[in-house]
Amino acid sequence: MTSNSTLDRTDGRRGAARRGLPGHAKPGRARGTSHRLAPYLLIAPAIILELLIHIVPMVVGVWMSFVGLTQAYIANWSTAPWEGLSSYKLALDFSSPIGNSFLHSFEVTCLYTILVVGISWTLGMSAALVLHRNFRGRGLFRTLFLVPYAMPIYAGIMTWSFMLQRDNGLVNHVLKSLGLTNGDSFWLIGSNAFWSMVVVAVWRSWPFAFLMLLAGLQNIPDDVYDAASVDGAGIWKQIRHITLPALRPVNLVMVLMLFLWTFNDFNTPFVLFGAQPPKSADIISIHIYGASFVNWDFGFGSAMSVLLLVFLLVVTGIYLLVFNRRSRRA
Amino acid sequence: MREPLSFKVFRVVVLAVLSIFILVPMWVLFTSSVKPLGDVQGKFEWWPSHVTLQPFKDIWSTVPLGKYFLNSLIVCSISMVLSVIVAIFAGYAVSRWTFRGRSVFTTTILSTQMFPGILFLLPLFLIFVNIDKVLGFTLLYQTRVGLIITYLTFSLPFAIWMLAGYFDGIPRELDEAARVDGASTLGTLFRVVLPAARPGVIAVAVYSFMTSWGEVLFASQMTSPDTQTLSIGLQSYSTQINVYWNQVMAASLVVSVPIVIAFLLLQRYLVAGLTAGAVK
Repeated sequence: MTSNSTLDRTDGRRGAARRGLPGHAKPGRARGTSHRLAPYLLIAPAIILELLIHIVPMVVGVWMSFVGLTQAYIANWSTAPWEGLSSYKLALDFSSPIGNSFLHSFEVTCLYTILVVGISWTLGMSAALVLHRNFRGRGLFRTLFLVPYAMPIYAGIMTWSFMLQRDNGLVNHVLKSLGLTNGDSFWLIGSNAFWSMVVVAVWRSWPFAFLMLLAGLQNIPDDVYDAASVDGAGIWKQIRHITLPALRPVNLVMVLMLFLWTFNDFNTPFVLFGAQPPKSADIISIHIYGASFVNWDFGFGSAMSVLLLVFLLVVTGIYLLVFNRRSRRA
Repeated sequence: MREPLSFKVFRVVVLAVLSIFILVPMWVLFTSSVKPLGDVQGKFEWWPSHVTLQPFKDIWSTVPLGKYFLNSLIVCSISMVLSVIVAIFAGYAVSRWTFRGRSVFTTTILSTQMFPGILFLLPLFLIFVNIDKVLGFTLLYQTRVGLIITYLTFSLPFAIWMLAGYFDGIPRELDEAARVDGASTLGTLFRVVLPAARPGVIAVAVYSFMTSWGEVLFASQMTSPDTQTLSIGLQSYSTQINVYWNQVMAASLVVSVPIVIAFLLLQRYLVAGLTAGAVK
């Protein structure tokens, strides 16, 4: 509890003050050298793997975005023609159909992310506030609420896909028996597909928000509440003035993680709709996937991936700058 | 503390809404898996009018589910074991030493977790294809080996993070006592620290297994019909001429139950590990 965000574990100086070095506790000379090397040897396998699977591919990905890597060149990358910025121009020329569909996909993704993160946060926060207090059956609900998160992603989404079928699905059945529709709406094509995707993603994401927020609530010391209780503050006042501000660091990290996962979400549209989702549900990851593997244009796909990465880095940077600074000042 | 009526109402509403939200799909999953095909193709019924276990037999022959299962088991187990070993070493280093580059290491490794998967998929696809071409045989592209190496790195950042957290909770005096007794670095780690961190190691193993068991994006391009895993294999029920919804539900149930049970049994450790970083 000394630090206030995930990123603080990376703060080496603070760690040093807390930890003390075992190597310095027994400073034999030969031992000292091997001991100074030890951490590097211990992290070497992790570094090699990260380099091979993440860092090198990222660099290659940037190179790919400048090259005309169409189907003919995929197994023969050294001969692929250099095309400079043409893939970027294609993606960012919003007046052309291709650039326009990229922009459309970006807009859909933004709306999707705002809705999924917002609703997941609200549900997770409500559940955490309720389950933080003791009542009979609390353990049961806590376990139940984790089930969507524990299930393999595709199994949950496929269940929803069945529920959303037009003729034999539960959703239309319920809507019809409530008298809301005729029970013949399509949920997996057309503009409804977007809303189906949002509901399914929320179903899967909110337990994560709940988990993090519940853990955050348990870390608020009881005496803070006791003092407020003596002062006569009611439960809602306490939530507003004590609980929510105290959860700020947890919220900071959790919202960022949810944002990044949702913005990059591929599973929900892919399992619901396949490689080519309806236009209303064409979020960015699956849009790039389609351009790359349906049309086999890896150069263009890479250019869009790089643009996506730049966007995410900028947003994350601004987010951390604004909120981290504000929480330090508080 | 006394609870006002408004909070009691709030509790009932929240619990009811969220329970329905979770339980309805669960109910559909369970009941549809024991309905005959005719019943899942017709109008939806809350309560199955005929109950049969036939779908649980048929799932194995409609698509080669056994093969998908085996592929998933092999890929997920091996990448789990390797990722836990690599994470133990790295987590121990991060927890016990302050070394130059430590913060760069932890920041880089955690941020790769947040990058879009598609960013890595395209270059890895290309790299795997071209390495195999140079080698003259298929080592990485659409093989279990390629998938294992890839999956291993997916769970690695959080695994290192979680284990470093567990190691932080183990008193340093234990290490020092072992050192005074003449134990080497690895001896200390394996004989003293690891036994004390066993719940953490188990939690990390389950987390790592779950991550690869549910992975869809890479599985969709990096597997062939022979190496296909469950995440993609399960979708082949719906590409048949008839969609065997009862079998889709039965198969989803079969692949979910072991994972969900493991998660719920270990939830205490998993939740502590997953949330530790954010809460600390």
